[in-house]
Amino acid sequence: MTALTTAPSARAKAGRERSLLDLVLRARELSILGVLVVLVAVTAAINPGFLSAQGVEDIFLNASILALLAIGQTFVVITRNIDLSVGSVVGLVAFVTGDLVSAQGGSMTLAILAGLAIGGACGLVNGLLVSLCGVPALVVTLGTLYVIQGLDHFVAHGRQINAADVPQALLDLGSGNVLGVPYLPMIAVLVMLAVGYYLRSYPSGREFYAIGSSPEAARLAGVPIRRRVLTAYVVSGLLAGAGGVLWLARFGTVIADNAHGWELKVVSAVVVGGVAIVGGVGTVYGAALGALLLTTIGSVLVVLKVNSFWQDALIGALLLLAISVDRLLALRMTRILRRRNARHAT
Amino acid sequence: MSEPAPVLALVEVSKAFGAVRALTGVSLELRAGEVHALAGENGAGKSTLVKTFAGVHRPDSGRILLDGEPVVFHGPADAQHAGIAVIYQEPTLFPDLSVAENIFMGRQPRAALGRIDRRTMHARAAELFARLGVTLDPRRPARGLSIADQQVVEIAKAISRDAKVQIMDEPTAALTAQETARLFTVVRALREHGCALLFISHRLEEIFELCQRVTTLRDGRLVASEPVAGLTADDLVNRMVGRELDLYPKQDVAPGEVVLRVSRLTREGAFADVSFEVRRGEIVALAGLVGAGRTEVARAVFGIDRPDAGEVVVDGRRLRPASPIAAMAAGLALVPEDRRQQGLIMEMSIERNLGLTRLRALRRGPFISRALERAHARDWAVRFQLKYGRTDDAAGVLSGGNQQKLVLAKWLSTEPAVLIVDEPTRGIDVGTKAEVHRLLSELAAQGLAVLMISSDLPEVLAMADRILVMHEGRLTAELPGGEATEESVMTAATGRRGKDAA
Repeated sequence: MTALTTAPSARAKAGRERSLLDLVLRARELSILGVLVVLVAVTAAINPGFLSAQGVEDIFLNASILALLAIGQTFVVITRNIDLSVGSVVGLVAFVTGDLVSAQGGSMTLAILAGLAIGGACGLVNGLLVSLCGVPALVVTLGTLYVIQGLDHFVAHGRQINAADVPQALLDLGSGNVLGVPYLPMIAVLVMLAVGYYLRSYPSGREFYAIGSSPEAARLAGVPIRRRVLTAYVVSGLLAGAGGVLWLARFGTVIADNAHGWELKVVSAVVVGGVAIVGGVGTVYGAALGALLLTTIGSVLVVLKVNSFWQDALIGALLLLAISVDRLLALRMTRILRRRNARHAT
Repeated sequence: MSEPAPVLALVEVSKAFGAVRALTGVSLELRAGEVHALAGENGAGKSTLVKTFAGVHRPDSGRILLDGEPVVFHGPADAQHAGIAVIYQEPTLFPDLSVAENIFMGRQPRAALGRIDRRTMHARAAELFARLGVTLDPRRPARGLSIADQQVVEIAKAISRDAKVQIMDEPTAALTAQETARLFTVVRALREHGCALLFISHRLEEIFELCQRVTTLRDGRLVASEPVAGLTADDLVNRMVGRELDLYPKQDVAPGEVVLRVSRLTREGAFADVSFEVRRGEIVALAGLVGAGRTEVARAVFGIDRPDAGEVVVDGRRLRPASPIAAMAAGLALVPEDRRQQGLIMEMSIERNLGLTRLRALRRGPFISRALERAHARDWAVRFQLKYGRTDDAAGVLSGGNQQKLVLAKWLSTEPAVLIVDEPTRGIDVGTKAEVHRLLSELAAQGLAVLMISSDLPEVLAMADRILVMHEGRLTAELPGGEATEESVMTAATGRRGKDAA
């Protein structure tokens, strides 16, 4: 008798709460989209030139490399680690592959393979130090940041790669398009979709979240923690390598200091995108949107003729806002869930 | 006519943590179709034994046999692959992942191309919950689950493994009577299926109801391994307690005036509306399950966490909230639960650790005097019969019991009016345990007010003049020490008042 009367209402309640949960979980991606739309609308209202085809394309081109790095960083951050070396890897790869193709008149394929190899190797070193030696990620990748930067300067020796020496096929990759859609954003979106799908739908993908959510529980559940953390760093390294090649493809002219300081930009994009810095939470979609938002803000400030030094301050403020919102949401969420327990208790 | 080889066995296994010997030459055999109980007091080595089976700890000596063959587990994954499922005493879940993902992590049902089949996964989780008789939404995140629900998720995880060995470390500690009955039905079904089970519970009646064999540990040693049939509860208690050591030397004291008064103290999400008082000369125990909010109350009283409402009054004066300095000045002392993390600075010397609470008194001019510090340390080491090499040895080299004495000395040297001790005898050997009890009893007799948080029921019953019981953040009972029983305390602690009248 009681079962008859309680079952439907319980189901209805569960359904309502589920949609509430879903909403809270998706809130981050939605709110970034919302901020983006408002930002673009307001700027376009002030300066209609902002929404020109060229302007929009520039934003997407500029956001693509940052988004790729943010996707790799997401992998690392959800396992409760961090990769600060990505900026240096981009710089090194851009220069070395540029050197390679300009000196030997090499092909685009060679550049891509070399870039991925260098990036992957850097990721492997980071991953081994963090996962096998148990050194805190912050220290390890801070160290490799400087080592790789030093390597970059050593290789460059004050020289510069000129666009004229870079094969046309590679430059086309940076500025060309297919059916009006430029390659760069297309690559970023494809990588985002693939990685996002993997992380959500594959058992091994979920294990990255498990490790970040509770390392102790992951250990007891038999999750291969070392292997996954290593994988996360290798993926981050590979994507940084790809980012380096695309950097060369997009700008052509490369010096040793390229992408200097980008690691912090990448981490900002990831955190703004809703990936919890303590691990376990977040998606690559959010991270990529975060990258797009940061890039858009940069362009908006230029269009609105705001002094460029405000850009960093604004990004910092956004970061603080994002973290505060996260904290607030988490507290609310905990309260909702706890209240639900109280109702369940009999 | 020999019996078939046990599914899983320990042979002469020993394990030590630093100077503490957790297991010494313990052997244990688990057979298919049998529920094997593991009995023993807190600190007898039960959890260490469980973690040895689970691959969390590797034995220092001795062997593990799987189907009669020696095996080495390098980690929990190895034990799982060997068909061993474990429910740990303290739930370890992924707070950010859904309940269903928590259950099936690493073993998710697959759809085409190796993707996770979420629908099947949720359906299977719901099925498990139905079997256990609880209503939990498989899709909700594990964050915010009550301890009881967390335990249910752990149980669901273990029984979903179809393991040939199930190890359950106090699975019923947080459950209601109904949930416990459901679990027993499931356990019996598993047994009939040919599963070998190891079952730990501090409730003796559960052992008699469910188990066929019982192994008793005491101080890390095997006392007996025998069929349950023919045993009485008294037999079992005798085996567990064994020696006629006076473990609980409690003096009778007529309590004096109220020193500590806590009224309507609330910290949202941790505890609510907690009021009690402690009198001079009294030992008041704060009992309850792990996670009931006892430690949080102690932290708020001592000013570590800021309460949302309520007040703490010491000697008639209202204490400034969220200020440990004010608490110390008013005469409070707190011996925390985790002495390695919170009680001591392990790398620092014994004398420095002891001096930390008395830095002002140990000054000569503006500087701390090493000589005074050393003299102070020697004095207290003698008073507490501390076993140490030199006072400038690191605190970390002491045994667990001596570390605990050091923490007690550190706080008693402030000459407090109220001493709050959180799990004062967890993980220390029986001899030191008796010493700590004698000390607390003497101090109370001299007029100290003691608030003792303890999960060790015999300790609570024997040492306390009054027992306060917490359940999910609220005080649910206040029992006079003389009249309380394990039953009455556990009933209040699990919040199942009146439910198990049958």
